[in-house]
Amino acid sequence: MGTKTLENIEGQFEMFQILNENGEIINEEAMPELTDEQLQELMRRMVYTRILDQRSISLNRQGRLGFYAPTAGQEASQLGSQFALDKEDWILPGYRDVPQLIWHGLPLYKAFLFSRGHFVGNQADGLNMLSPQIIIGAQITQTAGVALGLKKKGKKNVAITYTGDGGASQGDFYEGMNFAGAYAAPAIFVVQNNRFAISVPVEKQSAAKTIAQKAVGVGIHGVQVDGMDVLAVYKAVTDARERAINGEGPTLIETMTYRYGPHTMAGDDPTRYRSEDLDSEWEKKDPIVRFRKYLESKDLWSEDKENEVVEKAKEEIKAAIKEADKTPKQKVTDLMSIMYEELPQNLREQYEEYSAKESK
Amino acid sequence: MAQMTMIQAITDAMRIELKNDENVLVFGEDVGQNGGVFRATEGLQKEFGEDRVFDTPLAESGIGGMSIGLALTGFRPVPEIQFFGFVYEVMDAISGQMARLRYRSGGSFNAPITVRSPFGGGVKTPELHADSLEGLMAQQPGLKVVIPSNPYDAKGLLISAIRDNDPVIFLEHMKLYRSFRQEVPEEEYTIEIGKADVKREGSDVTIVTYGAMVQASLKAAEELEKEGINAEVIDLRTVSPLDIDTIIASVEKTNRAIVVQEAQKQAGIAASVVAEINDRAILSLEAPVLRVTAPDTVFAFSAAEDVWLPDHTDIIEKAKTVVNF
Repeated sequence: MGTKTLENIEGQFEMFQILNENGEIINEEAMPELTDEQLQELMRRMVYTRILDQRSISLNRQGRLGFYAPTAGQEASQLGSQFALDKEDWILPGYRDVPQLIWHGLPLYKAFLFSRGHFVGNQADGLNMLSPQIIIGAQITQTAGVALGLKKKGKKNVAITYTGDGGASQGDFYEGMNFAGAYAAPAIFVVQNNRFAISVPVEKQSAAKTIAQKAVGVGIHGVQVDGMDVLAVYKAVTDARERAINGEGPTLIETMTYRYGPHTMAGDDPTRYRSEDLDSEWEKKDPIVRFRKYLESKDLWSEDKENEVVEKAKEEIKAAIKEADKTPKQKVTDLMSIMYEELPQNLREQYEEYSAKESK
Repeated sequence: MAQMTMIQAITDAMRIELKNDENVLVFGEDVGQNGGVFRATEGLQKEFGEDRVFDTPLAESGIGGMSIGLALTGFRPVPEIQFFGFVYEVMDAISGQMARLRYRSGGSFNAPITVRSPFGGGVKTPELHADSLEGLMAQQPGLKVVIPSNPYDAKGLLISAIRDNDPVIFLEHMKLYRSFRQEVPEEEYTIEIGKADVKREGSDVTIVTYGAMVQASLKAAEELEKEGINAEVIDLRTVSPLDIDTIIASVEKTNRAIVVQEAQKQAGIAASVVAEINDRAILSLEAPVLRVTAPDTVFAFSAAEDVWLPDHTDIIEKAKTVVNF
């Protein structure tokens, strides 16, 4: 078993790891059952997402994207967890969790439209997902509701939500887990502990040694995972999912990770609160580097394979930006028409006013 | 037809909708076995089971957030916030999330949620139980805010609210819960949200009001009648969106208006009504539109609430002022 139950608080929250920094399997019995193709697919997704992050940062600097929260460093936490999901599972993401949505089915051009503040980028198009939540923790109580709804409908699916180490300080974090626990609802709460909530270090967030142990307070399963180890993350979420759909309640998963870049591209300067030493310490743990080593040792990966992914990513990003550019300009009247099922009188009048303005 | 109090009419509406639609869920603090602190959900858990009518942990934000999640999976939640003064604990879930769900999902999802909650003064509660916070709600685009003034309306409006595909804040004045009975049909019926009701026709002055102030306004109108002043009383029933047409038609007839609310004067519904009248009917007016409200303090500690709350004498005074302007 990769994850443990609530027996011994002190001993329970040691970090769960399968693949160490050198790309060696150190926990053979916890190794998830994945085919060679699945292992390669995980790698492909991480490499693709790293390229997407680099391109997004550069597009943002050129003024071609809007709000963007960099993801490099967190690929194993984000993609390893999503990889454990079923297509019908629900994702309730935080603001940095666009990659999970993309691999859950969100077209890339819509991710770019979301960044640009265009409402089409927030549309789910039949996928079981919400657009990234901006209020820290608000999605966590909603996750309890989605999970309870799935349970009441008799679905064998889960609701997974993501927040960060700062999010774990919110009241909604406690309330969401507590509700899900009380109803034994199939929810998975992932805290990507990247050590900084914008600038505030995790040590200042709480006296708790780990975030995972907060599960004890609400009586649910909790586990701390090496968030740079895609196999450990995948395994932890797979186990949590299985428990959840078997009626054994929710799980809190803390993934130990790091964001290499700034909090967002809106002027954050990490050198004000992080040392270069800390940066390089975490870069040594890189999820892609270690997984590449592991796959190469099994003859499952090569420079050619990686270059193929990089080229494909670049092409698809280029095409997606073109697609995003083609999307009709957003109008205020578009927004009015998604406030209510039917326009009330005040909006009816304002709709006419803005239609006239926008047709000029 | 049965004689019902407002609280019985409210229970009846929930019972009908629980029966009509298996996706309706009723939940909140103490709503299960206990039937709610005001007995609004009396007998519902027994009739429909714990899966449909259930207690929640004591956390308002959690109740609000959970409602959204349940809505996303196809349910039609009817959560209760035990007293509306507790709404501050759930403001983000209501105003930041529920109200915006249709919008923030680009129209992909909607929140057919009816948040029921008791509010209103005159029943000597401890603090943060009685506050009239409808103005706060009405300022949030994406919500509808409904306030019934009698048993008949309460039932028809609550059934409409539960069937509405957008979130409705349904505020139940505590003083009206058991203050009088009314003939209420046992079968289902709806009252359109966003439509005011002319409770009393008149030609000299329009009194626009809602909630418990409807009774006070009707009492004032009777007194005014004795002095030869014929007041028209409009019960808004929905404070967001406002029924502008009914208000303006009345003001164009009477040429004078006052707006009565139990809430404090600053910002709020009455101010909005005054502004709409000024925007649309200024040339019909023979006098400024005045307001009868509570003063701009925090809701009074209960030992002073009788003086703090507006009553029919305040309404008579303001009505005379505009009539004699």
